[in-house]
Amino acid sequence: MIQTRGERAFTVFSAVVMILLTVFAFLPFLLIVIASFTEETALIRNGYSFFPEHTSLEAYRYIKSSAYIFIRAYGVSFLVTILGTAIGLLITSMLAYPMSRSDFKYHNTLAFVVFFTMLFSGGIVPSYIMWTQYFHIKNTLWALILPNLLANGFNVLLVRNYFKNNVPLEIIEAAQIDGASELRTFFRIMLPLSMPVMATVGMFMGLAYWNDWINALYFVSKPQLYGIQNLLMQLMSNIQFLNSGQAGSVLGADTVSLPSTAVRMAMAVLGIVPVLFVLPFMQKYLTRGVVIGAVKG
Amino acid sequence: MTARRKSPSKPLKKTLPLLILAGPGLLYFLINSYFPMFGVFIAFKDVNYAKGIFGSDWIGFKNFTFLFQTSDAWIMTRNTLLYNLAFIALGTIVSIIIAILMSELLNKLYSKLFMTGLILPNLISMIVLSLLVFAFLNADSGFVNHSILRPLGLPEINWYSEAKYWPYLLVLIQIWKTAGYGSIVYFASIAGIDKSIYESAKIDGAGKLKQIRMITLPLLKPTIIVLVLMSMGRIFNSDFGLFYQVPMNSGALYSTTQTIDTYVYRALMQLNDIGMSAAAGLYQSLVGFALVLTVNAIVKKVNPENALF
Repeated sequence: MIQTRGERAFTVFSAVVMILLTVFAFLPFLLIVIASFTEETALIRNGYSFFPEHTSLEAYRYIKSSAYIFIRAYGVSFLVTILGTAIGLLITSMLAYPMSRSDFKYHNTLAFVVFFTMLFSGGIVPSYIMWTQYFHIKNTLWALILPNLLANGFNVLLVRNYFKNNVPLEIIEAAQIDGASELRTFFRIMLPLSMPVMATVGMFMGLAYWNDWINALYFVSKPQLYGIQNLLMQLMSNIQFLNSGQAGSVLGADTVSLPSTAVRMAMAVLGIVPVLFVLPFMQKYLTRGVVIGAVKG
Repeated sequence: MTARRKSPSKPLKKTLPLLILAGPGLLYFLINSYFPMFGVFIAFKDVNYAKGIFGSDWIGFKNFTFLFQTSDAWIMTRNTLLYNLAFIALGTIVSIIIAILMSELLNKLYSKLFMTGLILPNLISMIVLSLLVFAFLNADSGFVNHSILRPLGLPEINWYSEAKYWPYLLVLIQIWKTAGYGSIVYFASIAGIDKSIYESAKIDGAGKLKQIRMITLPLLKPTIIVLVLMSMGRIFNSDFGLFYQVPMNSGALYSTTQTIDTYVYRALMQLNDIGMSAAAGLYQSLVGFALVLTVNAIVKKVNPENALF
């Protein structure tokens, strides 16, 4: 394919604009990374800057000195992410499987039951009252796992569509003629043949759990159950949090010289790092997932 | 004889294992989605914990009457609708531009790199996002005041107490966060366009811009229409984090940051006004439901293939 001059100019133009846009997308991250390495006094005097006067590891040293608070929050986040994603993926795919079987009598009924939850909801108040008054999940780990996130209609339908379009019914029938039970067919044939969609949906779920803070906002008041996001939120919404109350006394920190700004930025950096690790892996599946998902629910 | 006796038991034997597999998921949806649906009656009660939810007195539409008498009802409805319209319009345009420019890049590796960079903002939590915004906007040391306005000799702005800037800020923030991710679908659609169409347009002397206008955009039209219509169905919903956490729940900003979702949260958790909160939630659900049905009917007319149901 030979390019004309006009086309070459357009390609160059595209590249330049894309570079600018990508830089624009990255700059805020760069700013907080730099801020986290900036000396607190410089930060107060000169503000956030891409070219700080004095760099310092103070913030990270501070985090290390009170490491157990951060490790605990990280632990909660990881536990909730892993548990939630595992359970969520399991019940999502187990529900999607019968829905994908057009020879199953109730497959359309199931699909409607799931789909209707995407159309109408009772709202937050009834959910809140139900979870707190009848299931008593307040201040338990379940509060971070069960409401809203575990399975949602969108994910179930996504997996259903994949099962339906990518694993022909003939394979299942053949397996069952050979004597495989439904459970065996599901775990030994359907799941192994559906790893791409499992990876995609698992990623969506994992990311949602890792980034979730709203469940804790509603259902958790014990700092011991805060994940990394809620710890961050606490630090941010209340600068005094580290200076006073539980954290301050626990840390026994010198309240005057608390490097709060840089520490907050360092915390934000630590909150993003796990996401960065999965990013390249994510890129591979994201396109597929978004495209499958966008076409039809 | 045996065949006749077998047939009534066979369906159960066949369906039971599948029903068991579906069981846990169904139970979850029943608890998490269907039970609360029956809880909508709370909006018609004068909730009193001493009497219990079921024992509280019925008050008819009073919660709704009170809600719509406040200025909150108008403000949150207006904000929710206008922000969503702006997000849909600008978000779509920016996403399409990104997708077109990206598809121009001949080098696969580069376009992958750009794509990764552009979706990163979509992957961070609202908490981290609000910290990024705080780094730019806080009054004392924020980047904008300190490194842009001050050197230019312009007066510094107290961002978190001036409501008038937030419509622009929130739209900018939302586009920054979502446009890259939103462009993926368009990018995939463009990749699916038959290259020979462009080749023949080129032979006919069409330049790049003309090719985009005459080929790319018309072929993207079905995707654009469906995606826009689908977001119209969610126009009564808003991202709680964006409107609550990013403006730091600042009371001075409520006139331009309050949406239905933030109102429901504040009425329930901060004002402890359960009736009003439930009424606002039901208002949102019902209008949202009506919107989704309407939109689906329209999509069905435009392109039956893409209808949701």
